[in-house]
Amino acid sequence: MKNIKYEDLVGKIEDLILQTSYNLPSDVYEAIKKSKDTEESTLGKSILEKLLINADIARDEKLPICQDTGSAVFFVEIGRKTNLQDIELSKAIYEATANAYRKGYLRSSIVIDPVYNRKNSGDNTPPIIHYELTETDYIKIQFAAKGGGAENMSGLAMLKPLDGEDGVVNFVCELVKKAYGNPCPPIVIGIGIGGNFEYSCYLAKKALLREIGQKNPDPDYARLEEKILDAVNSLGIGPQGLGGRVTALAVHILTYPCHIASLPVAVNLNCHVSRHGYIII
Amino acid sequence: MKNISTPLSKNVIEDLKAGEEILLSGYLYTARDVAHSRLCKLIKDGKPLPFDIKDQVFYFVGPTPPRPGYVIGSAGPTTSYRMDEYSPILIEHGLSGMIGKGNRSSEVIDAMIKYKAVYFAAIGGAGALIARCIKEATIVCYEDLGPEAIRKILVVDMPLIVAIDCYGNNLYKGR
Repeated sequence: MKNIKYEDLVGKIEDLILQTSYNLPSDVYEAIKKSKDTEESTLGKSILEKLLINADIARDEKLPICQDTGSAVFFVEIGRKTNLQDIELSKAIYEATANAYRKGYLRSSIVIDPVYNRKNSGDNTPPIIHYELTETDYIKIQFAAKGGGAENMSGLAMLKPLDGEDGVVNFVCELVKKAYGNPCPPIVIGIGIGGNFEYSCYLAKKALLREIGQKNPDPDYARLEEKILDAVNSLGIGPQGLGGRVTALAVHILTYPCHIASLPVAVNLNCHVSRHGYIII
Repeated sequence: MKNISTPLSKNVIEDLKAGEEILLSGYLYTARDVAHSRLCKLIKDGKPLPFDIKDQVFYFVGPTPPRPGYVIGSAGPTTSYRMDEYSPILIEHGLSGMIGKGNRSSEVIDAMIKYKAVYFAAIGGAGALIARCIKEATIVCYEDLGPEAIRKILVVDMPLIVAIDCYGNNLYKGR
């Protein structure tokens, strides 16, 4: 990491937010394009085509791909060998979020209190930031604009330890069936398996950041991802829940060792506007 | 493809069948959760509504702010089930169409059959494409709600799918 000025850092994060909000990531664009060939429903095919046109318009006119420009979620890896000196990273991310959402004509979708005072914060702050220490000499800032519709359909199951693969597949399929058209299919399914109650949810969200088409490095889980994708795409839900084969574009799993008594499985859904991007400093 | 215009009369609604793709033109009102709850509270308290909802269409949307030179930003539908608690009351009081995404409750569908109303699906996540059909947008009330304020918008050839018709035929048949 080179020395970086606070203002430059804020600017880079702002740019990351704006690029991610206007430009559908190429892996998602390609996945939707490819899915048109597998879709059997005429209505489904026409919807997939319109999603691509929408992405083109958004990119060309610098319009948000979707009006739900999401909660601003950051996964930050801080290399132990970097020297942040007196840069306040959280403050920079907070400021970049406020600037990007205001100046970039993005929708502010955050209320300042969840129960009693649901007043819009006006600039989409505060962001949600997850930090992780790594053994590198750089800082990686990953950003996800997470829409509410798909987020609302997410879920967690504390399965029995021996429920195994079938337990995982059944839970995910039941959840996707229950969500039906609500999370804006074709969806991306992030699954966190193991860890504990909160860590499985963290993993499920982080799994959504993986590029579509990138294989799970563990062959068992690569196979499980395929199995779940096949099962979900046999449910008949289809684009927008209006029937068809293309219900999900990808299934991504992240795992962690867990307690002898547990098998936590968290599922975080992303709509087809699966916005993710990163910068390295 | 069929072209239809708002306000939606009962005989136009009777002609719409689930699964049909249509192009809608005319004025719509945008409304999300809080706007619905406020309107229903007025009805329950016997107070007048801020505008006449008879034969009107509600679009469940919270758009992004417009760039200079544009009338609106991205404007795709939000998930409709959150409005299920309120829609039957509004339908009873004259609302004749709704635009959103995702399935509706049996209470909403029963009200749609009883009072003849229709539910259209717009393509969720196609907010930039839909924005092109919107020619005017003015805030009618509840400005304090920001993106969730009620706006009167003029649409031309907005592409929609009849998801649930006034006979209860439902395209979300898996449910």
